[in-house]
This record gives sequence, C-alpha cells and structure tokens, in this order.
Amino acid sequence: MYTFSSKLKTLSLALMIIGLLGVGYGFLSAPASVDEVKVLLQESHNTHGEVATPAGHAAAESGVAVQAEDAHAEHIFHLLKNKPWSALYVALFFFFMISLGTLAFYAIQHVSQAGWSIVLFRVMEAITAYLPVGGVLLFVFFVLSATHMNHLFVWMDPEVVANDALIQNKSGYLNVPFFLIRAAIYIIVWVLYRNYARKMTIAQDALTDLSNYRKLFKSSAAFLVFFLVTESMMSWDWIMSLDPHWYSTLFGWYVFSSLIVSAITTIALVSIYLKGKGYLEFVNNSHLHDLAKFMFGFSIFWAYLWFSQFMLIWYANIPEEVTYFVTRFNDYKVPFLGMVVLNFVFPLLILMNSDFKRVPWFIVTAGIIVLIGHYIDIFVMIMPATVGDQWFIGISEISSILLVLGIFIYVVFNAMTKAPLLAKGSPFIKESEHFHY
Amino acid sequence: MSSHYEAPIRRPLIIGDKNYHDISVDVAAPVEGKANKLWWIAFSIALTAFLWGIGCIVYTIGTGIGVWGLNKTVGWAWDITNFVWWVGIGHAGTLISAVLLLFRQKWRMGINRSAEAMTIFSVIQAGLFPVIHMGRVWNAHFVLPLPNQFGTLWTNFNSPLLWDVFAISTYLSVSLVFWWTGLLPDFAMLRDRAIRPFQKKIYGLLSFGWTGRAKDWQRFEEVSLVLAGLATPLVLSVHTIVSFDFATSVIPGWHTTIFPPYFVAGAVFSGFAMVNTLLIIMRKVSNLEAYITKQHIELMNIVIMITGSIVGCAYITELFIAWYSGVEYEQYAFLNRATGPYWWAYLFMMSCNVFSPQFMWFKRLRTSITFSFIISIVVNIGMWFERFVIIVTSLHRDYLPSSWTMFSPTFVDIGIFIGTIGFFFVLFLLYARTFPVIAQAEVKSILKASGEKYKKLRDGNHE
Repeated sequence: MYTFSSKLKTLSLALMIIGLLGVGYGFLSAPASVDEVKVLLQESHNTHGEVATPAGHAAAESGVAVQAEDAHAEHIFHLLKNKPWSALYVALFFFFMISLGTLAFYAIQHVSQAGWSIVLFRVMEAITAYLPVGGVLLFVFFVLSATHMNHLFVWMDPEVVANDALIQNKSGYLNVPFFLIRAAIYIIVWVLYRNYARKMTIAQDALTDLSNYRKLFKSSAAFLVFFLVTESMMSWDWIMSLDPHWYSTLFGWYVFSSLIVSAITTIALVSIYLKGKGYLEFVNNSHLHDLAKFMFGFSIFWAYLWFSQFMLIWYANIPEEVTYFVTRFNDYKVPFLGMVVLNFVFPLLILMNSDFKRVPWFIVTAGIIVLIGHYIDIFVMIMPATVGDQWFIGISEISSILLVLGIFIYVVFNAMTKAPLLAKGSPFIKESEHFHY
Repeated sequence: MSSHYEAPIRRPLIIGDKNYHDISVDVAAPVEGKANKLWWIAFSIALTAFLWGIGCIVYTIGTGIGVWGLNKTVGWAWDITNFVWWVGIGHAGTLISAVLLLFRQKWRMGINRSAEAMTIFSVIQAGLFPVIHMGRVWNAHFVLPLPNQFGTLWTNFNSPLLWDVFAISTYLSVSLVFWWTGLLPDFAMLRDRAIRPFQKKIYGLLSFGWTGRAKDWQRFEEVSLVLAGLATPLVLSVHTIVSFDFATSVIPGWHTTIFPPYFVAGAVFSGFAMVNTLLIIMRKVSNLEAYITKQHIELMNIVIMITGSIVGCAYITELFIAWYSGVEYEQYAFLNRATGPYWWAYLFMMSCNVFSPQFMWFKRLRTSITFSFIISIVVNIGMWFERFVIIVTSLHRDYLPSSWTMFSPTFVDIGIFIGTIGFFFVLFLLYARTFPVIAQAEVKSILKASGEKYKKLRDGNHE
C-alpha cells in the first residue's frame, strides 16, 4: 500500500495555493475597460518612440482614424481579457488530456492482452483518478464560457454570430446547449468506464476466476470504440471551434497523438518516482524501457501528424485554411517551431539508444521536455485564437499550470493510497512480473 | 528476447505434437515435393492473365495512352487506382514483419514470411503503374536526379510524384533486404536437407553460407530489430507519400489533411485482408494448419476490424468536416459521391469497408474460416472502390461545371489490371513452391513457449 508522503501533500497544497494566488492576480491585472487598454497602447507607442499620426489631417479623416483606433483598442481589450482565462483553459485541458490519454493507453493494454504492463495498472488507474475532477473543472469552465464570463469561444457570442455568415452555417453543430450536452456525454462516459475498470481490477485481486477480467476486456473494447469517435469530436469542440472559421480533418488525430505521448510520459514519470521511493519493487528497468520506447515512438508519431497537417496546408496554400498557420507562424514563431524541437528532435536523439531508455534520469529528462513541449503544443493550438499576438508566458500561465498541477498531484497520489500497487488478479501478472526485455 | 514463461490463458500458436524436426519437415515439404495438378492449373491461369496484361501494356505504349478510358478532365483513373491499391496491399507484409515484431507479437511468426512475399510481389505490381501511365515511358529516367548533358537539368523536388519514386523504390529495396535476411537460416535449412546436387547448389547460393553460429544469430536478431525499426516509419511514410499525391492538390475531395494516416489505415486494412485470402488457401494446400491456426486468422480479422473502424471513423470525419467547412465545392464533392453518377461505387465502398468489418465483432463469424475468406475478398473489393471513388469522383466534377464529364474504362485499362493480378499470382505461386513459406527458424523459437504440447505439459505441472 502506498502512503501519501506528507512532503508531497504539502507540495501539492503549496502549488495549489501559489497557483490560485497567481491566477487571481492574472484576473485582477487584466484590463477592466477599453479606456485602460487605450492608455496601455498609448504608453507602448510612446516607449517604442513611434511617430504619432501626423497632424494636419482633415477632421473627417481623423474621425475615421479615431474610430479605427477605438475598434483596435476594443479588440486588444478582448484579447487581454481572455488571457487569464485562456491560460487556465490550456492548463485544465493539458492535465485532463494526460488523464484521458492514460485511460486510453490503459484500455489498449487490456484489449491487447499485454503481458508486460500489468504491474503498472495501478499507476495508470491512479492517474486516471484525475479524470472526474478534471472533467468537472472543464465542464464548469465551459458553462462559464457559455454564460459569457469570457470571450474564448467566439461562436458563443450571439452578436458575433449575427454578423458572421460562416458561423451561422455551423450553428447546427456549434451552439451552446448542444456543445454542453456533448461535453457532458463525453466526460460522463469516459469517467464511467474509468470507475468501472478500477472497480473490476480491484475486485479481481481477491478472485481466482476470470469473470471480471473478461468483463473488463469487453468494456475496454467498447470504451475504445467510443473513445475513437468522441476523442475526435472533443478536439473539434474544445479546441478547433476556438477558430470557428478554420477546419482540418486531421485535427482530432493530431490532438490524440499529443494526448497519448503526454500520458505515457506521465506514467513513466510517476512510476519512476514511486520506484525511487521503493513502492514498485516489481517494476524493473525493462518496464521502463518499454515505456520509453512508447515515448519515443509516439513522439515520432506526433511529429508525423504535425508535419502532415502543416505541410498539406502550406503546400496547397488555400487562403481560408492557411491563415491558421500564418498567424501561428507570424505571432508564435518561437513556440511553434520550438515545440518541434522539444517534441521531436530532442526525444528522437536522446531516446534512440537502447541503454539510455533504461536509465531513469534519462527518461525523466526526456519526459520533462516532452511534457513542456506538449504544453506548448496545446498553448499554440489555443492561444492564437483567444489572445492573438498578446501572448506571453507570464504569471497567469505559470500559475495556472501550478494550480492544476497541484490538484493533479493531490488527486493522483491520493488515489494511489486507495488500493495495493500490484493488480495481482490479472491472468498476466506473472508474465508482467517476470518481464524482461 | 521474451521470457520462457507464458500465461496459461494464452492459446497455443503451434497446434499438435510438434518438435523441431517436424517443423523443418512440414515447412520443407512443399519445396521438396512436386507440384500437383491444381498448382499447374492455377499457374496457367495466372500466367495467361499475366501475358494478356503484357499485351495490353505493349499495346498502350505502342499506340498511346489514348487507348485507355482517360479524358481531359479525368487524367487519373484505373492506373492510379490500381497503383494505390497494390501499394496498399503491400503494406500488410511490412506491418506484420516489422510492427508486430516491435510489439512482440509471437503470432506473426507463422505468417510473416508469406506476408512479406506478398508485399514484395504487390509492390512490383504497383511499381508498374507509375511507369506505364506516362505518356513517354522511354523518358522515365528523367525522374531521377542524374547529372546529364542538358546543363545538368534537374528534377523538381516539390512534387509528390517524385517523392513517390523515392518512397516506392526505397520501400521495395528495404522490404527485399528485410525479407531476404530473414530467409537466410531457412534457405540454409533447405540447403542442408537437399539431396539433389542442383537443389543443394541453388539453396547454398541463396543462403549466403549461413552456418548459424551464436554470433551470427545475435547479429541477425539485431539487424532484424533495426530493420523493423526502420521499416515501421517507412511503411507509414510510403503510403503517406502516396496519399500526398492527392492531399497536396487543391481539388475538392482530395485536399484534406486526414489522408496521410487514413490511407495508411486503409492500406493495413486491405493488406491484412489480402494476407487472409492467401493464407487461408495456403494453410490448406500446403498442409500448414498447425502453424497458421484459426487463432492467426482470428487475430488478422481483429486487425481488419480495427483498421476498418479507423477507416470508417475517417469517412465520418471527412463528411462532417465537409459540412462544417461551409465550402460548397467540398460539400458538393461529397454529395456527388453519395448521389452522383458514381453512387454505386460509393455505396460499394461504404458497405464493403465500413459495414463488413463490423461483422468481426462476433466471435462466431471471425473464427469461421469460410466467413473470413469471404470478408477478406469483400474488403479488397471495397478498398479498390475506395481509391476509385476518391480519384474519379473528385476529378469528374470539380470547380467548373463546364469541365464536368464521366469516366469509363476501356478493355485495356481492365486488361492491365487483370494482368497485374496474374503477374502477382505467378510470382506468389512460384514462391510457394520454392521458398520456405513459414519462417521455420522463428517458429522454432516459440515452440517451447507457445507450442500446444509444451503448454499442456507446463500448465499440467502447475496445477
């Protein structure tokens, strides 16, 4: 049995408190009115030493200029107002996606009758314990967005929709009630499978017959079918619709690649932590080697999908699609290209060697980089649509990560204490314990 | 590599009371025996089809592409459909030998040799089409970036058709090397068993002097693993590049980002179906039912079911996004597929690819050999129609209604396709009589862990 070390508990609480304060600060420091933005803009103009509009314009012309300036200020105002919200959203989605990806990986282990990963089941189950919590947090966030607390999903704003024929065409799918119902269905069914699977493996610990194992096999297969469809829809709803004019058929699977690689990385990091504390004596470096191989493989898979989506749109250069990458390339050059280095080049180089994949600190280093890279990936998916060129990684962003990370650690390690760390009822447990590669 | 312990719940992969010698004898039997009448009949039919195909190809090259059913609007039809179809089929072999090796699937050992052979033979068929669909075949070498007397006139590396050249040629070479490396110990086995000097000479040459020392085996395994690691991204990238032929364009129905992974999924889908078709016959006629068991067929059916569902998911995604995009050309492209003049092709594709693999959810059906055989053929028909639908329905009606037209193939189009099927079976039938169709060295490595006899012995001791 795992006991939640008080140090880790304190750490998670500290993260939550610091994060909460930072998030609060982020909301408070967002401009309260358009006028404030105008002052800000004026200041930045002055500091940049830009020449103000030359005097001597005709009155009518300056009237137009003032109007344009007002519109610009209002636009910036919206973007800055969105910033703390978006920061929170990126963090909420990121940790939720880790948990969801772990659940998918876990279900795959069941249906593929994997013989190596059984000893990691309880770790995976604990990571998925964040799923209900994260699901509720996200859902609350969507409800707040729907009640116009923020301006992230522009299609939720009737005023925007009224002036936008393209969004009007999509309103059969992009409308608030349907959006919330869909989100509720995805989250509820995912959580239901998670709780069911957890219950089954714990019940199996005490049994010798395999009825639970068989039930779990079937439910996992059913879950994976549901997941295949809903994961795509989730990514359209929760991320792609932030840019309601843009669309890409690959998008759902691209998000999946990011989700699965972050999840496997997290499984590896948590396992290494627990093993370091002496809780997983049955996990050997062959198990870590396998996890690291998955990290390596799925990092390449991510790069493959990233490149496919980017290259096809770049190549055909159809104006309505290419704007998506134009804004990312112009305003987010460093994160946009940097994440390719973090998520592809770096894991490719350091996880290629077979020996390195057995060395915990190598996996941890690679893992941290991969997680940072995929945070940036989500950041670059979400931010350009909500805050545009007003982005930076500051107090709001970091605090949001700390806040959700704190909750994540607390929930995950708390769940870890609830059941023995070895799922000994699985018919493959002996294979897994003796696993050697 | 893997431990000797295996969970009792796993089903045996080698049926019956087999020992190492039995495996050698069983695998060598078709090679050492004489062809029966059935083989000669099948071979004659395949050879006739092949010769007819050659005739059609010669006629096309001699007379011009105009003998095909192509027109000014539909410049690609059966040629590229068949090309993509054959490349797709080839993918299963690499998937079985490489991806399943990476995932340590022991059941691949009974089927990988034939799957790889199928890859090579189908990539050869595929490779014909990019050449013969050229208007000027004799200038085909211009696609290669060779220094020349035109002031070093170079190729343009921006075209996916050029990427195809690199993809397919690399794919064929790597698959061939991978396959041949695996064959060395098996050829050596045939060499050592051969009685007649001619056979001994031939298999001696083919086996490259393999003696099976510990050091050789160690390097052999390392090479296999490295090649599997290289072949996996290769197999993904090859069909991806094939999909780029369409996806990089601006044609509604072609330009879509999901094509790369979706084509790969479709390739695995159709490739496994073809492996199933071939192996269901082969296990019977070559008496290899102990090694290609019902479980192998079932597992391949499951792969077909999974990839079929992924393909289905991609179809739905395409339909949804076409609606969601609000682009009327895109919406029309899909409306045209469903209700236009080629609705029957679309219906064929949908019912064969989306619905038929769903039968595999029923254990009774996926463990039925007859049913699997039927479905495997249905899937390949469906996948042929998928490529046809993507290519032709997107071309025959696109931006300008004044260029709308129809397509119908001529006997030459059909003849060449039949010819490639004939050529494929000529090669495969020859292979089945001269090559060890089961990787006996690999099968022997799992005998004690997964053989029925040994499993019974071991599990009996436990209880």
